[in-house]
Amino acid sequence: MNKIKIFLLVLCFAPMALYAAEPGMPLDKAPIDTSDNESLQRGAQAFVNYCLTCHGASFMRYNRHRDIGWDNEAVVLNKLVMTGQKAGDLMVSAMRKNEGEEWFGVAPPDLSVIARSRGADWLYTYLRAFYRDDTTVPGWNNLVFDRAAMPHVLYEFQGEQRLVVKNVEGKEVKSLDLVKPGSMTVSEYDKYVADLVNYLVYIGEPIANERKRIGMLVMIFLLGMLGLTYLLYREYWRDIH
Amino acid sequence: MSKQKNSFLEWIDQRFPMTVTWREHLSEYYAPKNFNFWYFFGSLALLVLVNQLITGIFLTMSYKPDASLAFASVEYIMRDVDYGWLIRYMHSTGASMFFVVVYLHMFRGMIYGSYRKPRELLWLIGMAIFFVLMSLAFTGYILPWGQMSYWGAQVIVSMFEAIPFIGETLHNWILGDFMLSDAALNRFFAYHVVTLPVLIVVLVFVHIIALHEVGSNNPDGIEIKENKNPETKIPVDGIPFHPYYTVKDIFGVVGFLIVFCGIIFFAPEMGGYFLEYNNFIPANTLQTPDHIAPVWYFTPYYSMLRAVTVNFLWIDAKLWGVFLMVAGVAVFCFLPWLDRSPVKSIRYKGPIFKFALATFVISFFVLGWLGTQSPTPLYTLLAQIFSVIYFAFFILMPWYSKIDKTKPEPKRVTK
Repeated sequence: MNKIKIFLLVLCFAPMALYAAEPGMPLDKAPIDTSDNESLQRGAQAFVNYCLTCHGASFMRYNRHRDIGWDNEAVVLNKLVMTGQKAGDLMVSAMRKNEGEEWFGVAPPDLSVIARSRGADWLYTYLRAFYRDDTTVPGWNNLVFDRAAMPHVLYEFQGEQRLVVKNVEGKEVKSLDLVKPGSMTVSEYDKYVADLVNYLVYIGEPIANERKRIGMLVMIFLLGMLGLTYLLYREYWRDIH
Repeated sequence: MSKQKNSFLEWIDQRFPMTVTWREHLSEYYAPKNFNFWYFFGSLALLVLVNQLITGIFLTMSYKPDASLAFASVEYIMRDVDYGWLIRYMHSTGASMFFVVVYLHMFRGMIYGSYRKPRELLWLIGMAIFFVLMSLAFTGYILPWGQMSYWGAQVIVSMFEAIPFIGETLHNWILGDFMLSDAALNRFFAYHVVTLPVLIVVLVFVHIIALHEVGSNNPDGIEIKENKNPETKIPVDGIPFHPYYTVKDIFGVVGFLIVFCGIIFFAPEMGGYFLEYNNFIPANTLQTPDHIAPVWYFTPYYSMLRAVTVNFLWIDAKLWGVFLMVAGVAVFCFLPWLDRSPVKSIRYKGPIFKFALATFVISFFVLGWLGTQSPTPLYTLLAQIFSVIYFAFFILMPWYSKIDKTKPEPKRVTK
């Protein structure tokens, strides 16, 4: 009887193990560590320098960066704010929605929770998978996001890649070849993107680390309570046979 | 002190039946002494309901039911409201856990025959709660106004269009617009925070009153009221709900909270099942997602909706799908009259019932899993096969429950 119960309980949660990623290109594993404040700070500066021009992170406030080690508002303003915004302001983009639509055909999406919908691995692969494609309007294309409206903003760092299509046993296999090196080496660029994606994961849910920390305390409390309430139950039920 | 208290109680009791109610429903409500693991889920459902009501109130304080503000207001709660993230995760996890608990509560009723006479009405009231719960989940899921909120709801409301003659008019009347828009968001918000919570609280109250009238069933499926102590008139196998089951349920609550808080604090998205990844994209009325899947607790029925692919008897396949889906939920209501077995509990039922139940459980999970996937010809075929198995469990029950070889029920409850 007990085995049946356990089996049924396991069954209840079985569908959750079956989540599969969308078909398409295999994604590279992003080296995410949201407890690494230095990486997050580098990612924040990269974000402000290269993403915020077009994309907002409009649910995120500048002074929220106290989470990642910039607990002084003056430091935050110095590190991240170039225009006249205040520390308590939301990180909105300078570009207006209609301008974005006019220039790119589609307004650049807000990136506050992009890591929660796309996932870190997708972002990490996407930002490293741009290649030259003269048939598209921006002159760039992307292996994981075909005909993305976004040009390769970081091409000065990464350099230029070209698409290589090989025929392996009747199947098309696409890969990228670095034809013109940028100012960074491949590993430097990977690390730069990793910091940026790490930061996107952080702003997706700034409370995540604190949540897990509180969760540990809650679990310890509940496990203690489980023992106590079990003893209380046994004590009351002693005379029931 | 105690004298003072008694006179105070007397003062109240002369004006309100406080002591009587306490006795009838707690200290002198006699429940069978052999409740097992499965009997935790009733009290846990109540716990989750209270959790939803309380966290819901706090969410309402900061949420904006406006198509242009809703998504941002949820993120505002997650970031700028003190412990807003906790309240929101308690509510979103609570929604899914409500279904986990209610499904297990219903399954308990199915294995121990709790729907059988004299508890038919209790079962039907429970089914009414289940319908309201589904409506609550549906209206609540729209509120964050993400892509899945929008397009999932679009699928559901478009089912009304399948109804012949009045379909389109009904669809527009429900939405207050020709498409899902701000008008619908506002009215679904009203249903979610006023109408449906009131309804579910009243129904839960009625459910408990009905339970206490007929008394609880137990894992042996025998009536403890048929064997009373001739002097005290108390069932010999009954024990007062308070303190025995109150302390036992407190233990169950803590066990449940370990799972519940484990999800809230360590996996609030639950791998995309409790909070779908696409719902972190604001609703875009012009861009249909590649793959629309409802939240996990609706997926078995969603599979049934998609399983019908042929027009039949001049009726459109889509309408048959809607009919099948509604039937998939409503068919539980007929259980008290479908089960003709001489015994109630699975402990004394024969191998045919056990086999039928096992196939039903498997089909429920397979349909649930299929509902999360994009349809392919193979998946559609599987959905059709398992829909047939699902319904066969109910439709064939009057026959197999009668011919099944049962064991004799005991006179007294067993361990």
